[in-house]
Amino acid sequence: MEIPEVKRLSAVKRDHLARLAKERKRPDGRKPDEYRPIKIERNVIKKAEGSARVKIGNTLVLAGIKLEIGEPYPDSPEEGAMTTYVELPPLASPEFEPGPPTPDAIELARVVDRGIRESDYIKLDKLCIEPGEKVWIVFIDIHVLDYDGNLFDACSLAASAALQNAIIPNERYDLGENQPLPVGSPPVSCTFVKYEDFIVIDPCLEEEEIAQARFTVALDKNGDIRAMQKGLKGSFTIDEIKNNIKRAQIQAKKIRKLLEE
Amino acid sequence: MLIKDGKRVDGRKPDELRPIKIEAGVLYRADGSCYLEWGGNKIMAAVYGPREALPRHIQDPTKALVNARYNMASFSVEERKRPGPDRRSIEISKVTSEALESVIFTELFPRTVIDISIEVLDAEAGTRCAGITAAGVALADAGIPMRDIPVACAAGKVDGTIVLDLTSEEDQEGEADLPIAIAPRTEEILLLQMDGHMSYKEFEEALELAIKGCKEIAKLQRKALLNKYKTFEVG
Amino acid sequence: MMRKIVLPGSVVGNAKGKIAGKGVFKEGDKLYSSRLGILEEKGKVVNVIPLSGVYDPNVGDTVIGVIQEVFKNAWIVDINAPYPALLNMEDAPWKMEYGETAKYLKVGDVIVALIKLVDEARNVEITMKGKPCRKIEDGIIIEVQPSKIPRIIGKNASMLNILKKYTQCWIFIGQNGRIWIKGEDEKVNLLIKAIRRIEKEAHTFGLTERIIKMLGG
Repeated sequence: MEIPEVKRLSAVKRDHLARLAKERKRPDGRKPDEYRPIKIERNVIKKAEGSARVKIGNTLVLAGIKLEIGEPYPDSPEEGAMTTYVELPPLASPEFEPGPPTPDAIELARVVDRGIRESDYIKLDKLCIEPGEKVWIVFIDIHVLDYDGNLFDACSLAASAALQNAIIPNERYDLGENQPLPVGSPPVSCTFVKYEDFIVIDPCLEEEEIAQARFTVALDKNGDIRAMQKGLKGSFTIDEIKNNIKRAQIQAKKIRKLLEE
Repeated sequence: MLIKDGKRVDGRKPDELRPIKIEAGVLYRADGSCYLEWGGNKIMAAVYGPREALPRHIQDPTKALVNARYNMASFSVEERKRPGPDRRSIEISKVTSEALESVIFTELFPRTVIDISIEVLDAEAGTRCAGITAAGVALADAGIPMRDIPVACAAGKVDGTIVLDLTSEEDQEGEADLPIAIAPRTEEILLLQMDGHMSYKEFEEALELAIKGCKEIAKLQRKALLNKYKTFEVG
Repeated sequence: MMRKIVLPGSVVGNAKGKIAGKGVFKEGDKLYSSRLGILEEKGKVVNVIPLSGVYDPNVGDTVIGVIQEVFKNAWIVDINAPYPALLNMEDAPWKMEYGETAKYLKVGDVIVALIKLVDEARNVEITMKGKPCRKIEDGIIIEVQPSKIPRIIGKNASMLNILKKYTQCWIFIGQNGRIWIKGEDEKVNLLIKAIRRIEKEAHTFGLTERIIKMLGG
């Protein structure tokens, strides 16, 4: 997340974080591979076909799943479709302004989408109603409520958890009984940021404020890579990227357990 | 038949409110916030400010600007809503801003803006009233100086009977809907809208009922704010 | 035990016998609170001490500011208020020529300053001429709710002295809700925890004892 320079970081804060980084310490005392406490609540929105509220530290996001009937894409006439949208409403941060989605919101949505799509999490081939005519379209809408760092992982986790308990609203369209949305195994996303040559997982807001580079990787249940995204204007070395993935493979297992509870 | 034997479809009496739950100060970043559940409605309201109003040319040198934004999440309604403001949200944002501004001591903070963000997360009729009620709590939580805490509630006419706090079904099938917002201490009307068909007498009855409902809800708002500070009772 | 908490619109007194102080307004023959805060009566004056709210600059306040913009003869400083403050080069502690401002203070630099002037349109000017004023180059700055600063200082600086005594940290408090801290990492973390607790429990009795206990006293 790019935060406007003015009014953000004071030289004192920058120096303090840099000093801590040299000692491999983080401003909130966490270890480099430690996540903040994660809380997942499912089925929190009645009107949605599936929903989940995820808290990572103070970051709070809400994902809602809506299903509608629509036309399939011409090159996949017997498959349903999915689309992901992220809203960054003004209430989540003093820096968020109302208006059309910013490049940050769009990048967030597309990265979350990629993780889910490339994991074949939603069984799109089971969402056909009438080949070439009618299929189910799955809308994944993520509403950020409180931004305190690491929206990539919070949004991905909320989307996965919301899809886990989603239903196909057959009854609303007189197509029979409601059924659970057919899903496979969810992706788990891990995000790192780099500042002063220190690479840490699950950045808090302060760390994002001085981050030079960001890296997100979505892994499946076997630890295979399904999606990746490098962000911000700094760079990673090849070894750093490889190392990040290895670190993610370990941490993702723990998060996957939370999803399976 | 929306009313049978004096009972409404959800079992309530004509002058009964749906269950309401209010929590103050729930968000980390916002200066003030409120999470509110009202029947099936789930609302999150947050306040930022007073803060510098930018760009400079919009500043009022004599007072703070009050800018409320009402927005519904895509998943909050049965048929997914496309993200972004529609005409209905823009109108609600406008009347909400105007209602809230009348109780805020805006002269104390010239050249600033008070931003109020109301997000409807789950909708079930009466969202604008729930939004204003949540915004009132969030404003108090943020320390914005006010004459009173604004509160809102709707009354209406259903099957010829004046009822309090309509459900979606009653709103759609009923004969009239009257949402109001008041400053509960003085009963000043801050917001009033109506659509449907009512005689003058029916309007008087509905208004009295809505005000009564507002005052009941005002008690819940105050309780929620006091509750935030009660958790550290000692001795 | 709790102090009496009032809300906007709460009745706090009779206009006949009492005077409206801070956070209180008169309507008809009664006095009302305009804020969520603690009721305080000082003789005839009724005040409401707010429990939340932005920093409202007052002349004479000591503030910790962050340079936002640099001009050839002045700086714009963020003082954690709805109003940015102006620091003229004549009010800096160094002698400089027009155009030399960036040499002394650049964007992001942190300073201790005093509020020099606040006019009716809330234009704020600060000065660095005065005893506590300086450029801050080390330690860390934390932000607390400005309304809690009086409690963090305490009556006759009692709470501040306790914090200093038990953590051996250097603590400098800005009225605008910013606190400059220097010390050993562990002690600093403990101090920050204590300050956050004071923020949360500022309105309760017995807080001093609880903080002493928390700091290992």
